[in-house]
Amino acid sequence: MHAMLAQLGHSAGAAAIGQAEVFGSWTALIPLLPLLASIACGVLAFRPSGAKTKWAAWCCIAGLALSFVLSVVLALNVGHGLGHASIFEWIRIDRLRADFAFYLDPLTSIMLIVVTGIGTLVAIYASEYMWGDRGYARFFAFVSLFIVAMTCLVLADNLILMYLGWEGVGLCSYLLIGFYYDKPSAVAAAKKAFIVNRIGDLGFALGIMLTYLQFGSVEFDVIFRQIEQWTAAGMEMSTATNVIPFLLMLGAFGKSAQLPLYVWLPDAMEGPTPVSALIHAATMVTAGVYLIARLLPLFLLSPYALPTVAWVGCITALFSATIGMAQYDLKRIFAYSTVSQLGYMFMGIGVLSSVGGTFHLFTHAFFKAALFLGSGAVMHGFAGQLDVRKLSGLWRVPGWQVVTASMLVACLALAGFPLTAGFFSKDMILAQAFVTPGPGYRLLGWIGLMTAGLTAYYTFRVFFRVFLGPVAYKPGDDHHGAHGDHHFHPHAPGPAINFVLIVLGLGALLAGWVGVGGGHHGWFGGMIHASSANYEVAHEPGDTAGFFGDPHRWMMLASSVVGILGIAVAAYLHLFNRAAAERWRRAILPVAVLAEHKWCVDEGYDLLIRRPLRAMGHICYALGDTLIINGLVALAGWTPRLIGAAVRPLQNGRLQGYGLGMAGGAAMLVIIVWWML
Amino acid sequence: MTQPLSVLALNHYLLLSGVLFVIGLIGFLTRRNLIIMFLCTELMFQAAAIAMIAFGAYHGNAQGQVFLIFILTIAAAEAALALALVVMLYRRGSTLDAETWSELKG
Repeated sequence: MHAMLAQLGHSAGAAAIGQAEVFGSWTALIPLLPLLASIACGVLAFRPSGAKTKWAAWCCIAGLALSFVLSVVLALNVGHGLGHASIFEWIRIDRLRADFAFYLDPLTSIMLIVVTGIGTLVAIYASEYMWGDRGYARFFAFVSLFIVAMTCLVLADNLILMYLGWEGVGLCSYLLIGFYYDKPSAVAAAKKAFIVNRIGDLGFALGIMLTYLQFGSVEFDVIFRQIEQWTAAGMEMSTATNVIPFLLMLGAFGKSAQLPLYVWLPDAMEGPTPVSALIHAATMVTAGVYLIARLLPLFLLSPYALPTVAWVGCITALFSATIGMAQYDLKRIFAYSTVSQLGYMFMGIGVLSSVGGTFHLFTHAFFKAALFLGSGAVMHGFAGQLDVRKLSGLWRVPGWQVVTASMLVACLALAGFPLTAGFFSKDMILAQAFVTPGPGYRLLGWIGLMTAGLTAYYTFRVFFRVFLGPVAYKPGDDHHGAHGDHHFHPHAPGPAINFVLIVLGLGALLAGWVGVGGGHHGWFGGMIHASSANYEVAHEPGDTAGFFGDPHRWMMLASSVVGILGIAVAAYLHLFNRAAAERWRRAILPVAVLAEHKWCVDEGYDLLIRRPLRAMGHICYALGDTLIINGLVALAGWTPRLIGAAVRPLQNGRLQGYGLGMAGGAAMLVIIVWWML
Repeated sequence: MTQPLSVLALNHYLLLSGVLFVIGLIGFLTRRNLIIMFLCTELMFQAAAIAMIAFGAYHGNAQGQVFLIFILTIAAAEAALALALVVMLYRRGSTLDAETWSELKG
């Protein structure tokens, strides 16, 4: 394992270091245009005449779309090479150099296209979806600001600029989860997201500091070159190189909602649905995957780092899939599904299929955005109704066919149905798990395969319940007005929402094909191989012993069977025989209820972490604050009072007494003087 | 100021001063009558004044006598003030007993 990984580091470093092409400062426009849009929307939000104006949406869409165009231009120019763009000097203290500069390789451009592309689509969607909200302009200001931070994160050529973006997206996530700030649950969810991310970000910050101490630089270029030299020289790695990946990993697990820090993401669904789609499904939560892919050479230095990533990812994937199976809230099901799919991505990178991990990131962005935006359309049309038990047969309701079709495609992609986007990327990860030698990687593959079945089941549980079956629905709580429930008419999504859903549906259907075909894993594979995340274990014929030939072909077959099996079970229980589902649920009631309560993880954290911390806080308050600090203040007050009380009897009001005191004092003085002379 | 005082004569004067001072002190500490106490302080004053002149004469300069002039001036002013106070206190309390005013300790 050691020797293999050392060799890996070598090959990974080699690709990252080529002749860097220098790009002009026009690349700065990619974060700058959304920033201008954000400022414009911010100004609009403060207008005294009311913040409700379509101008905010136009600004945001224009800024994001232009940024997307520039990203595409950049991707075409970067090609398979490495580029660099210096914008301005930022931090230079002694040996610490952290400029506002961009590291442009194919991985960067793929992430940029995903971020700005999905961002633009979500902005178009939100221009219709958010209409009617009094925070309309504020919403677009935050979304643009998020794109600014996310592009900084992706473009950064050093860890400190990346950290700036990292914290920026965290801030925007907080602001947007708590967008409905008069709703206590939203505020609580925003705080939870922020605090849980603090834990991860502490690890990230410590990792950056240790990297600087170890490598004397925070620039990716310098770090990669140094790693290459070390591995070439066969240097023994120090403890720090083993610790750095684990600290960075903590940051990645926080941001990308992995065990044990995943708890914030399901609650983050309190935010507006476009935000759930953009930030908490497609882009921001994948930042952790991006971090590991970007710093893969650094992770390869430690023989323990990537196996840990793989195992955490795999266990998270299984764990959150089991929770997702038992939820009834549409958005929550997809939130747990996101956690689960992020787990797959980590597993992919962990089993050294960086192409698989990033490819799943790419395809997941399309189908998960489609799923969330479709759910949003349902929520929007049915007055906030998200309970899958209270919605049925939407397919037959007039005006809902586009939503149904795009949801179907996205569900198929998530379930890994053959030839959809998720099929190719999930297969790449699972096949690699069986090929790469590592601690228990084959077991990971089996667990992953099983999870794929669960994924197919819970995805189609939603689809069959909500979109197929007899027409029946109840409006949610947001339905105001004098009419009773029987007067409720769901209002079908308008052109903007339908357009975005069609685009994303096509993406979910077709995005997988970029990873298929010529070369190893097609165009996408070629892109990743030319980036710092370059690494792939070649499959040797011996590795496939026990499988039927090529692992990829075998896996495609196996995952198709598992996926279709999951869909079939869902079809039986939730389409043809819904009564059976209820019977089954009752048969395993304790397990079902426990899963519905998210395995009581939140309660466990409350008991094991929050309460002890609170108790400690009380103890510190009693000892430190009340006893020591308050005590010192009280002492300062009591000392003169006590002295006063001691000498007060001397002032008894008798003239003779005073005289005696005076005479005695004078006599004493005389005696002292006498004695001293 | 023809001839400086001898040590022996100085000792006599100082003894007189000391005796006067102690009489005044004892009187001040033992009596309660405000006027008597006041007189006792005057007695102590004069004892100090005698010691001043005696030293002035012993050193053969005028400083002692200058001091005496000041002491007398101040004593006159102070006597006027103190007697006025005593009169006021008597009017208020109809008594000259110093104990009456121990309330003023606060």
